[in-house]
Amino acid sequence: MRSGVFHTTYTDDASLRPTRIMQVRIVLVMIAALVFPFFADGYWLTLANTIFIASIAAIGLNILVGYTGQISIGHGGFLAVGAYTAGLLASRLEMPIWLTVPIASFAAAAVGALFGLPSARLKGLYLAIATLAAQEIIIWVINHGDLIGIGESLSLPRTSIFGVVLNRGLADFGFYWITLVCLIGTVLFTSNLFRSRVGRAFISIRDQDIAAQVIGVNVVRYKLLAFATSSFFAGMAGALTAHYRGVISWERFTIETSIFYLSAIIIGGLGSVSGAIYGAAFVTLLPAILSNLGRAANDSGLLPGITSYLPYIQQGAFGIAIILFLILEPEGIVKIWRNIKDYFRLWPFSY
Amino acid sequence: MDTFIQLTLSGIADGAILALVALGFVLIYKSSDVINFAQGELLMIGSYLTYATITQIGLAWPIGVVIAVAAAAGIGVLIEQLVLRPMIGEPVISVIMVTIGLSSVLRAIIGAIWGTSPLPAPAFIPDDPVIIFGASVGANRLWAIGLSIVMLAALTIFFRRTSEGVAMRAVADDQQAALSMGISVKHIWAVSWAIAAITAAVGGILLASIFGGVGANIATVGLIVFPVVILGGLDSIPGAIVGGIIIGLLRAYAGGYLPPELGLGEVAPFLALIFILLLRPYGLFGQRIIERV
Repeated sequence: MRSGVFHTTYTDDASLRPTRIMQVRIVLVMIAALVFPFFADGYWLTLANTIFIASIAAIGLNILVGYTGQISIGHGGFLAVGAYTAGLLASRLEMPIWLTVPIASFAAAAVGALFGLPSARLKGLYLAIATLAAQEIIIWVINHGDLIGIGESLSLPRTSIFGVVLNRGLADFGFYWITLVCLIGTVLFTSNLFRSRVGRAFISIRDQDIAAQVIGVNVVRYKLLAFATSSFFAGMAGALTAHYRGVISWERFTIETSIFYLSAIIIGGLGSVSGAIYGAAFVTLLPAILSNLGRAANDSGLLPGITSYLPYIQQGAFGIAIILFLILEPEGIVKIWRNIKDYFRLWPFSY
Repeated sequence: MDTFIQLTLSGIADGAILALVALGFVLIYKSSDVINFAQGELLMIGSYLTYATITQIGLAWPIGVVIAVAAAAGIGVLIEQLVLRPMIGEPVISVIMVTIGLSSVLRAIIGAIWGTSPLPAPAFIPDDPVIIFGASVGANRLWAIGLSIVMLAALTIFFRRTSEGVAMRAVADDQQAALSMGISVKHIWAVSWAIAAITAAVGGILLASIFGGVGANIATVGLIVFPVVILGGLDSIPGAIVGGIIIGLLRAYAGGYLPPELGLGEVAPFLALIFILLLRPYGLFGQRIIERV
């Protein structure tokens, strides 16, 4: 029997999907993603869109935290920058979505790099606290938006793409394709980033920053680049949220949001693109599943009155999920999935 | 001049509470290298437990406060045993995230028991205004200053005179050396969480009186602790006290003298935080870390 995957050529070694099974699987996943919206109803499409947007932000955060090893508790703020940039461009200048999203992403990247400046001197815990300050400062600016000429909340005109206005009935279906394209772009960019010189520099900084500097990696430059890249995707997610929801206010981007994305990559798996997607799906689906379960238990008379406790159950379950993952499986869902695969591949000799 | 005295006194009162909370934070960091993002929730626990013992059960306030503070200490130890103990030796991000998860759980429990709408604070701390040097200051702020000084003095005596306190300082100084001298490091961790929970509980009670109610806004103070501890130095107890007073005054002056519609009192500590981190990351009294590969 096979004892592992062996490569005989360099192209083979560097390929993203080295084995036949992986190639088949990615094709199947793509077909499922293309067929899904024609069968799903509004509820599932909304969930799918939320997961896709959350995945983009989680992958972005994973570039910074999982691959470069710099902790950011300020990503909610960077999402806000993207959302408000897109919102202002769309509502004041009536720009189309294919312009607002890239501009908002670059704006968030610039702000991210600015607040990444403390990373030149700080690391670990101190950097985490510096990004916490970034979060509070950005939200304060938006919260006092009247001072700089933006309102506290913004309404966006209905998004239109290729001349089709995405009205209420069409919004979920139309946005599915927009978020899917953005997510595929993010995944392709990120997976290839870590096959490049820049990506390897990021990883070397995570593993040992002083050693990275010794072998000639410009640590400060690459840290700022990691902050910018990561915030770019946060901004993209923020801009998509703004267009999708139609109304944005600062409450959507508080420190809770930063924590939401951090827990997504912790639960999914640090330093893994697929992990970020699994984690984003997990933290988005967990409250949805709990509220469905709670409502079912309430309606069937099993646990009457449980629905009034739902917000607390959701919040508590979120916290417990983080704690349990960190204690029992710090490498996240990716590792669990790998263990399952290994078990079956090696069966019956699974030791 | 009246405004100045008023702002100074209320700033010192806020700062005294911040110092108290920061002290618990620094204690945990010094003894076990854990950054506690659930400090705000510990404050909430203290204030809600006093609400339970005094308003709901109807105990006399000294008994109620003592029971609430003791229960908070118990919860602190429980948290350390159940959640933080398995995290020994894990990377910084994991430890930060576990305390964040913990804060989510604690908030959910508090919400499920007492709901989310603010409750009236137990009225044993008088809040009628007192005139000092021509400025009117709430009596509860003077209580805050007084009680904080008493707590800080008690803790100083504890660290200097009792063998437990000396052992804690030893662990904070050098864990390996402390272990080889027969000090149980695990025991010290439990004690430091208990003390952190106690200082937080007292801080929570005082904040409930100053805010005029028991609610989730008490937990926001848990975030302002970060500028305090960074300014004072993450591993310095005198730093926590000095930093607390400075940040308290900064909040009061920024909120009082600058245009009120800016609401600068809320964000000023974080602006200060960025500058402190850029100029002097180890703070006023913190130990400079020398890294070796």
